[in-house]
Amino acid sequence: MSIAAPAISAAFADSGKHAALMPYLMGGYPSIEESVSAGLAAVDAGADLLELGVPFSDPLADGPVIHAAATAALGSGATPHGVLGVCERLAVRVPVVLMVYANIVLTAGVETFVLRAAGSGASGLIVPDLPHDEASELRAACDAEGLALVPLVAPTTTPERVEAIGADARGFVYTVSLTGTTGERAELPEGLAETVERVRAATEVPVAVGFGISTPEQARSVAKIADGVIVGSRVVRAAGEGGALGVGSVVGELAEALRH
Amino acid sequence: MTGAPPLERRFGPYGGRYVPETLIPALDELEAAWSASRDDPAYVAELDALLRDYVGRPTPLYHAHRLSELAAGAVWLKREDLTHTGSHKINNAIGQALLAQRMGKPRVIAETGAGQHGVAAATACALLGLECVVYMGTEDMRRQEPNVQRMRLLGAEVRGVDAGARTLKEAVSAAIRDWVANVGTTHYVIGSCVGPAPYPALVRDLQRRIGDEAREQLLDQAGRLPDRAIACVGGGSNAIGTFIPFVDDEEVELIGVEAAGEGLSTRRHSAPLTTGARGVLHGAFTGVLQDEAGQILEAHSISAGLDYPGVGPEHAWLRDSGRVRYEGVEDGAALAAFHRVAELEGILPALESSHAIAWLLANPSPGLSLVTLSGRGDKDLAEVLALG
Repeated sequence: MSIAAPAISAAFADSGKHAALMPYLMGGYPSIEESVSAGLAAVDAGADLLELGVPFSDPLADGPVIHAAATAALGSGATPHGVLGVCERLAVRVPVVLMVYANIVLTAGVETFVLRAAGSGASGLIVPDLPHDEASELRAACDAEGLALVPLVAPTTTPERVEAIGADARGFVYTVSLTGTTGERAELPEGLAETVERVRAATEVPVAVGFGISTPEQARSVAKIADGVIVGSRVVRAAGEGGALGVGSVVGELAEALRH
Repeated sequence: MTGAPPLERRFGPYGGRYVPETLIPALDELEAAWSASRDDPAYVAELDALLRDYVGRPTPLYHAHRLSELAAGAVWLKREDLTHTGSHKINNAIGQALLAQRMGKPRVIAETGAGQHGVAAATACALLGLECVVYMGTEDMRRQEPNVQRMRLLGAEVRGVDAGARTLKEAVSAAIRDWVANVGTTHYVIGSCVGPAPYPALVRDLQRRIGDEAREQLLDQAGRLPDRAIACVGGGSNAIGTFIPFVDDEEVELIGVEAAGEGLSTRRHSAPLTTGARGVLHGAFTGVLQDEAGQILEAHSISAGLDYPGVGPEHAWLRDSGRVRYEGVEDGAALAAFHRVAELEGILPALESSHAIAWLLANPSPGLSLVTLSGRGDKDLAEVLALG
C-alpha cells in the first residue's frame, strides 16, 4: 500500500544503483548550518534519499555515536523546529524522511507535528520507539497529509507481526539488520538475507536495511538482497570529524560501491 | 495472587509500549510468563517461601510512639527497612529473578539509582545462580559507594554510565540498550513500576505485598484501617505496593510524596506528578519532567532513589482519577525528618522514605497514619554527614 509516498517510490526506482542509498544525518549536528551543508554534500555525492534525525535527549534505539551527536546538537540549541528548517532546505533536492522519537511527536501533538513535517517538505517519518501496536493514530494523520509512516522490522519480529507491519507499511520498510542499537559493526549479521526475505514477502513497498552498515563492502552486500541501504553512525561520525567534506567523501565511496 | 487486577497495558491514557520493535516479542513473552506465573501455585509457593525464609517477610508493622506524639496522631511504620538487603526492592527483585529462571534466561540486567535495587537484583541473582549486570550512573556510584562495593561482593558486574547527569535516568536508558542487544538471553529486572507494559503491572503485583501485609497487620494490631496511607514516590514502586490494597477503601486517604528537591518553583526537583507535565520516557506515557519541545529534563533530589524525571504510569492515572493525592517535600525537610526519626525512634530511614515522614510531620492529624518506611538509611550516611 504505497498510497502516501510517490517521491519515496521514485527515489528507490530511479536510484541508478543496485540499491538506493540513504545516509542518516543528525539535524543540528554539529550546528544547524553545518547539518544543511552536510546534507547537501551527501546529495551531491550520490544520496538518493536522506534520513534526518531530530535530536532527542533519551534516544533508546541509538548507540553511542548517534546518541552523542543528539546530545551535542541539543547542547548547541537545536530544536525540532530548527531541524524542520534543515529538512525544508534539503527536501528540495531529495526525499527526506525524518527520524524522530515518539515524545517529540506526542508533545507537539500528533496532528500538529505531522502538519509541520509535511509543511517542511518531509516525505515520511520513522519513529523508532512507536511500534506497530501504538502507531495507528500517527499513521492516519500521516496518510491525511501524504507523509509515509515508515515502520521498522527487527530480526526478533515474529512472522505474524511481520505480516501486519508489512501490510500497513508506507514508503518502505526499515529492516533493522541486527538485534541491538545503531552503530558500526565489523561484520554483517548472519541471517540478514532471511530477515529481508521475510519482510519482502509481507509487503509491497521497498525494503531498506539499516543498523550496523558502515563500509562500501557491507553496503554492496546489502544491495544484493535489499532495495535500500541506510548508513547512519558512519556518516554522523564523518559529520563530526570532517564536516560536509567528510560526509561527501564517505557518501561518495558508498554510492560508488552501489553503482558497480 | 487471588484478586490481582488484570495485567494492564494502559492505565487510562498512561502506560503503553514505546520501545524499539526489537523488544516487542520479549515484552509479549514477559507478559505471558507473568500472566501464567502469578496464578501458578508452584511459582507462588516458591516466591512465598523465599520471601518468608530468605527476605524475612512479613515485615513488622510498628507503632512509632514518640513519632506519634510529634505528629499529633498514631503513626504506624511499615518496616520494609527490615528486609534482607534493607529495602522493599528485594520483593520485586526476587519475584522477577524467579521469573527469569522460569523463562530460561540465564542473564539478568538491572539499573540502579540509590543502589538498593542493584543490591537486591545482585542478591537475587546470587541466590538463584544467574549472571547479573547492573547499570549505575557514575554520580550515583559516587553518592552510594558502599552499595557499589556490596553489588561487586555479590558477584554482580557494575557498569558505570557517564551520559547526561550520570544518574538513574541514564542508567535505565543504558539497561534498555543492553536489553535491545541481548534480548534473547537476558531478562531486564526493572526496579520500579515504570517502563513499557507489562512492567508497571508486574512490579505492582510484586510490591502489593507491602500493602496487603500492612492492611492485615493494622486490622489485627490496631483493630482498624488507617485514615491515611503515606509513601514516597520516585518511580513509585513502594507507593503503588502500599496503595493498591487500600484503593477500594474509600475512607483511607492515600498520599504519594514526591521529591520537591530545591523547590517546585525551581527546575531542581523530581516531582512530575505534582507539577503536571506528561510525556514518554523509558517506554511509557506518563508524568515526565520535560521542556516544551519534549526533551526530558534532568531531575534533582537529595535522595538518589527519587532522582528520576519520570514516574509509574499507574500513579499518573491515580492522580488524574483523584484517588491519590501527590505532594512534594523539599530536600531540607527530608533531611530534617531523617534526623527526627533517628533521634526519636532509633531508626535510620532511607532519605527516600524520609520524604514520606517529612510530609507526615508537616501535616499533623489526630487520625491513624500508615507510613511505608521503604528502606534503611545506612547507605545515606556519607551524604547526610556531609550535609550536616
